[in-house]
Amino acid sequence: MTIEILMPALSPTMTEGNLTKWLVSEGQEVKAGDIIAEIETDKATMEVEAVDEGFVEKLLFKEGDVNIPVNKPIALISGEQKTKSKNIKDEIELGEKQESKEIKELNQSQDQQVKEDVIIDNEHISMREAIRDTIAEEMRKDKKVFILGEEVAEYQGAYKVTQGLLEEFGEKRVIDTPISEQGFTGLAVGAAFKGLTPIVEFMTFNFSMQAIDQIINSAAKTLYMSGGQINCPIVFRGPNGAASQVAAQHSQDFSSWYSHVPGLKVLAPSTPLNAKGLLRAAIRDPNPVIFLENEILYGLKGEVSYDDDFTIPFG
Amino acid sequence: MKKLSKIDHLKIYSNMLKIRRFEERSSQLYGMGHIGGFCHLYIGQEAVVVGVLMTIKKNDSVVTTYRDHGHMIARGLDVKRIMSELTGRANGYSAGKGGSMHMFSKENNFYGGHGIVGAQVPIGTGIAFTHKYNSDKNICRTYIGDGAMNNGQVFEAFNLAALWKLPSLYIIENNKYGMGTSVDRAAAGSDLYKRGEAFGIKGEIVDGMNVYSVIKAANKAGEYVRSGKGPYILEVQTYRYRGHSMSDPAKYRTKAELEKYKNSDPIEVVKNEIIKKKIASNKELEKIGKEIIEEVKSAADFALESNFPENKELYTDVYL
Repeated sequence: MTIEILMPALSPTMTEGNLTKWLVSEGQEVKAGDIIAEIETDKATMEVEAVDEGFVEKLLFKEGDVNIPVNKPIALISGEQKTKSKNIKDEIELGEKQESKEIKELNQSQDQQVKEDVIIDNEHISMREAIRDTIAEEMRKDKKVFILGEEVAEYQGAYKVTQGLLEEFGEKRVIDTPISEQGFTGLAVGAAFKGLTPIVEFMTFNFSMQAIDQIINSAAKTLYMSGGQINCPIVFRGPNGAASQVAAQHSQDFSSWYSHVPGLKVLAPSTPLNAKGLLRAAIRDPNPVIFLENEILYGLKGEVSYDDDFTIPFG
Repeated sequence: MKKLSKIDHLKIYSNMLKIRRFEERSSQLYGMGHIGGFCHLYIGQEAVVVGVLMTIKKNDSVVTTYRDHGHMIARGLDVKRIMSELTGRANGYSAGKGGSMHMFSKENNFYGGHGIVGAQVPIGTGIAFTHKYNSDKNICRTYIGDGAMNNGQVFEAFNLAALWKLPSLYIIENNKYGMGTSVDRAAAGSDLYKRGEAFGIKGEIVDGMNVYSVIKAANKAGEYVRSGKGPYILEVQTYRYRGHSMSDPAKYRTKAELEKYKNSDPIEVVKNEIIKKKIASNKELEKIGKEIIEEVKSAADFALESNFPENKELYTDVYL
């Protein structure tokens, strides 16, 4: 009996994955729990374990293949060893000969799909890359800009938005915080009062509720209550809105809530292009800006502007 | 620490007295309806802020609670413009839009005046973060009422300050009551400064009725924080003679308790020291007292003669 190993969904928003590495080869015996591959998801690189036991009959994708849809077969495992041959080359040749016509067709269509995706990749970047690139560009230009939040540095971002920033800018400006929303939000507001430009990443905007007093009573109102003396140049950003199968606490839209607060500006980009233009404008804005990213759109690819002064005016 | 000069002693005395006379005048103006909204007086606590400010450097920052009039005065800000703010005038420190609880002076590194109990603590920690980020050797002093010491964000801020070794000096002004609830009825365990120990933050108790004790402790703590060792907590034991706010008759405490503190009045402590050291005579101090009354009175007159903000100001300073 042949069992298909499918590209697993390793996060609620993952729709496709990249095959980084095979840890097994064709003909090899695998036991349940063995790590068989490394898959790069939209959030991280994860190890995939075998659930079933048997012999690897066929690896359907090569290392380095990208954009393999979730639930697409990536390998076949057979209950029995197909050949006693000790020569792996022979095994492979034998295996290939025994390959069914369907598998050949499947392979061909998958290769074609991968090629198409690669071409698209060259022309477009994803929403998460557009956001990351804009943060990096503004951090290069202005030393007052820094980013803090849960898992933004060493982990490279819970949604991989801040990937690579720690390496480029160091721990002084890319700061992992404890799970302490009210504390680090208030701290960032104080830093903004004092002249820095913090970018606060909420792992998701659901957790901004822990810090909403600092956002509204401190960040949004102090300019008014100080008679125009103390402004708060800060960006609060992170995933917002409907997410997939995570229930009511992790799937809500705050655009209306925050839009009711005088002193805040609220943005929600819908394409990589306007994510770049709006985020750059938000970072340069002297007021507190709520930047609501849609979790489901992080993987959306589109054209962007490579002008590092490109902004989209609000309103 | 440098020995206090004669001028220092007189500065301490006049600053403390100015706060008291200012607050008494505020109380009067509140009663006359010239000050609206909430108004929290600092009478009895003068030694705390005046003592701490004797140790501050010019570019150090300060953040405090809504009981902020005394903090503004001790910082050397213009009493005329403070009174203008209390009476909601356009020439007040916050253009009449902050009032008693929300006064700011960015040019003097005075970052409020915060009306939400506890919220100023992460903010002050963020200002300290900025001093470290900019490597400018300045520190931020964040004042915390005893009531705020039961507010969760204070501990989040302590954790961050200790974790990142921020130049943050926390000064708990323990005046024994969070509004009408005594510390004993609000805080489990004894000694509020010990709550920093969980984060490895050192601290101590200071006699806040004696300005000289405050100066000594604030100087030591300030040097510790400035040296890059991280935050420090001073729990300054003090007492407010008046109620929590103007509308509080303070029936939750006994007259005997109030009298006990009045008998160790912080201004009398300074006065006695000055007389004892022959820095000034009783008569000279009386003269200073009269000048302060005049200064505060003219500040009140100035405020009451000043214009209110125009209606259109409701719509300005919402966005920069």
